[in-house]
Amino acid sequence: MTDLPILSLMLLVPLLAGVACLLVSAPAARTIALAATLIDFALGVVLWLNFDIGVAQWQFQESHAIFAGFAWKLGIDGIALTLIMLSVFLMPICILASNAIEKRVGEYMAAFLLMETLMIGVFAAQDLYLFYIFFEAGLIPMYLIIGIWGGAERIYASYKFFLYTLLGSIVMLIAMIWMAQAAGTTDIPTLMQYDFPFEAQKWLWLAFFASFAVKMPMWPVHTWLPDAHVQAPTAGSVILAGVLLKMGGYGFIRFSLPMFPEASAHYAWLVFWLSMIAVVVTSLIALVQHDMKKLIAYSSVAHMAIVTIGLFAFNVQGLEGSMIVMLSHGLVSGALFLCVGVIYDRLHTREIDRYGGLAINMPKYALLFMLFTMASIGLPGTSGFVGEFLSLSGIYQVSSWVAFIATTGIILGAAYMLYLYRRVVFGVQKNADAAAMPDLSPREWLMLAPIAAAVLWMGVYPESFLAPMRPDIAALDARLARARPESDAKLTIGAPKPHEEPAHEGGAH
Amino acid sequence: MDWMQSLRLVAPEEMLSLAGLVLLVGSAWGQTRQDARAVNWLAVLVLAGAAAMVAPTLCQGIGGDAALAFGGLFSADAFAAFAKLLIFAAAGASLLVAPAFFERHGGYRPEFPVLVLFAVLGMCLMVSSTNLLTLYVGLELNSLAAYVLAAFLKADDRSAEAGLKYFVLGALASGILLFGMSLTYGFTGTIGYDGIAAATSAGLSKGALFGLTFMLAGLAFKISAVPFHMWTPDVYEGAPTPVTTFFASAPKVAALALTMRVVVEAFGGQTAAWQQIVGFAALASIVVGALGAIGQRNVKRLLAYSSINNVGFMLVGLAAASPEGVSAMLVYLAIYVPMTIGGFVAVLMLRDEAGYQLEAISDLAGLSSTRPLIALGLGSVMFSMAGIPFFFGFWGKFVVFQAAVAAGLLPLALIAALGSVIGAFYYLKIVKVMYFDEPAGKATGRSDMIHDWLLAVSALFISPLGWLLTKGLGALAAIAAGVLFAAN
Repeated sequence: MTDLPILSLMLLVPLLAGVACLLVSAPAARTIALAATLIDFALGVVLWLNFDIGVAQWQFQESHAIFAGFAWKLGIDGIALTLIMLSVFLMPICILASNAIEKRVGEYMAAFLLMETLMIGVFAAQDLYLFYIFFEAGLIPMYLIIGIWGGAERIYASYKFFLYTLLGSIVMLIAMIWMAQAAGTTDIPTLMQYDFPFEAQKWLWLAFFASFAVKMPMWPVHTWLPDAHVQAPTAGSVILAGVLLKMGGYGFIRFSLPMFPEASAHYAWLVFWLSMIAVVVTSLIALVQHDMKKLIAYSSVAHMAIVTIGLFAFNVQGLEGSMIVMLSHGLVSGALFLCVGVIYDRLHTREIDRYGGLAINMPKYALLFMLFTMASIGLPGTSGFVGEFLSLSGIYQVSSWVAFIATTGIILGAAYMLYLYRRVVFGVQKNADAAAMPDLSPREWLMLAPIAAAVLWMGVYPESFLAPMRPDIAALDARLARARPESDAKLTIGAPKPHEEPAHEGGAH
Repeated sequence: MDWMQSLRLVAPEEMLSLAGLVLLVGSAWGQTRQDARAVNWLAVLVLAGAAAMVAPTLCQGIGGDAALAFGGLFSADAFAAFAKLLIFAAAGASLLVAPAFFERHGGYRPEFPVLVLFAVLGMCLMVSSTNLLTLYVGLELNSLAAYVLAAFLKADDRSAEAGLKYFVLGALASGILLFGMSLTYGFTGTIGYDGIAAATSAGLSKGALFGLTFMLAGLAFKISAVPFHMWTPDVYEGAPTPVTTFFASAPKVAALALTMRVVVEAFGGQTAAWQQIVGFAALASIVVGALGAIGQRNVKRLLAYSSINNVGFMLVGLAAASPEGVSAMLVYLAIYVPMTIGGFVAVLMLRDEAGYQLEAISDLAGLSSTRPLIALGLGSVMFSMAGIPFFFGFWGKFVVFQAAVAAGLLPLALIAALGSVIGAFYYLKIVKVMYFDEPAGKATGRSDMIHDWLLAVSALFISPLGWLLTKGLGALAAIAAGVLFAAN
């Protein structure tokens, strides 16, 4: 199986299907898109099954020097594997969620399939410039998706999304060029082991931060996100929240931390402050929203802040926790946007006040929405808990104050999510049209049930997702060891008490 | 002096001038539509033949004394060959699109291809010049033909205005250039590039510095770099669209290649003297080109500002003053030419019901639903010009930045990169109008097959498939740049 260029194949399938979608009628385009994304998902499963768990870094490597100055070089580690799985898992669901799109279906599907190619490319690229190309090219399909099929304010939102992200990443491009010339290579695995001088690291770190912080997004450069989310069509929001935001986190874990460990430690305070502010401020903003999508968008910013806090804790728990928060948030926020989409398709409004008492006429919907709400809050048994717990325990080892403030975000998160749920699903049926909405259709079941299953799986047995990335996290942790900041807890290990008699007789193990 | 050797080296130019003269005489007898078309095709054939003649020079990387003709007045080296190939391609494309346009707007005439041939001949002299006299003769031959071309639609006020404006301002620029050349001659005592390089190798006297500055000012006018760009939007808007296509591509290549030659060959020893001038012109062009385009309502004016912006990026490569920088510029040019031709061909294809040219940006509204293929082509050109990767236009900007960073010009690269974000704004505007707005229902006229094909070819070139060319293109540009730098 290893001789099959499976990563290139995963990139090629949606690309070709996308071109095909441009040429055929609307129903055919839907079928092609669904088939292509399912094939890609199947390839992803094959990838996972063949992934050698327990081996650190780079598998399925491909390298072809077909370009000048950089190479077509792909390869994944456990971190990339899980994120690729997230992308290919969400894509067929997005296609299913696009039934309400009736305008220019072929182009819509083509844009989504192109998006899928570029997303997988970002996570699989092993060449600096190849990564940049995939990273940046993702702007084009997303710009078109928001601009053509978006809501009333779509033009403003699409411009803001495009220019904001472009401004961030163009600085990173110049830093990449400098880096590649200083290190003499564009190979990401080599660069991850390369030690830049500290002075250079600081500048490079800031340049990469400019790009990833916007993509993530971190407070105060998050303002494009609520606009983009609200205006994008449902499937666009799912991809945006589910995968595109993860590119920022992936960037930190793949570039900023291993390539500039000292600078990362040097600027950790910046990340902590921005994240702490983000957790509290955006949670409070989410609390007062009247628009469901906007509320979830602000909750995304808060969740991503937990990710950055965990990443810059410089220890295994923090890194693993951040990865799980990213995966979990990808599933949960995607599902929440789908839940909003379900009722939006029926009533064509995202105004929270227009709904109410949905538990009476849409009990199945209420059940699933409840599950995702709880997962977003981080209730034990759901994926959210695992990630947030690990992240926060990771940061607690470094700074109890940061941990303290970040934890308030969980409480505020519970507040705004439960408040949203109460207003939409519980209470009296105050609007006749909302009360007349039918429950989930089979198609909608098909969209939401797999995500629900994944959320519970990740919550009950996170080991399946942690195992592939564990050796890579360990390698990253070892790389970061020299720059690890000192803990403020000043833990000292006391002398063990002398054992006077064994607690159990006979060894019951 | 070996005359035969010299005559062999200038064979492509001889063919161009002979063909131009013969076709000129021939067109005196044939003024019908068929005759004009025939002359047009013959001119395209001549250009293709000339291209076939120069191609080996580039591939073999000929340079130095082996390429010098007429006692060092003219150099048929690989660098010139690279530029000439681009010029022939651009001129050929402009000729191909011309008949269909002019037959709708007042009749096509065989003088058009003849004038283009003479302009191309002038450009060949420019890029091959190793002497200030060759430079000036080439430049004027090109410019005089270009003034007439700009005013080719005699009945159209805007075309006449464009021709006049181009002529007056072009004459002024030629004067400035001549003044710079005379100062240079006065203070170095020679008009050969190698002589100037030898005379300035120890240091640049005040007078020679003035000469250099005035020459660069004159050349900046020809490449429409800020602050000598004012004529560009007016001329581009007023000139008939096929002529604008020509202006935006071929003469730009020639003038930029000429600038490279002058600063590298004649003033290569005094890099610091021109580096800051070029750096300033680069940044100013990027910023002014981007800001100026934002408020435009006419597509041709917008593309004019876009060309100013693009020249800025190319000058970033020149400011690096290294073989990598020049090679990056050549790569950029090789991408810029198909990109800009694609853009103007797409504009040419915008016709109203009666077949007349549409130029207002608002006429593009909803083009993606009425004419999806034109919209796709023009959209690709826009994203490509904005330098968004996935499209090939990114590669040009990328290599230029790479060269600038390698030369230690980090701030220049950074500001230029940030300037490209401003530029992205107006390119996105075109995409927005075509894809997001409701159809205006204006661009309904049919386009000609030759336009369809040209747009398809250039769109394919700037599509991601173009990435496969990076190796070949990079190698050829490196040969050309190497030859230029080997001379000093």
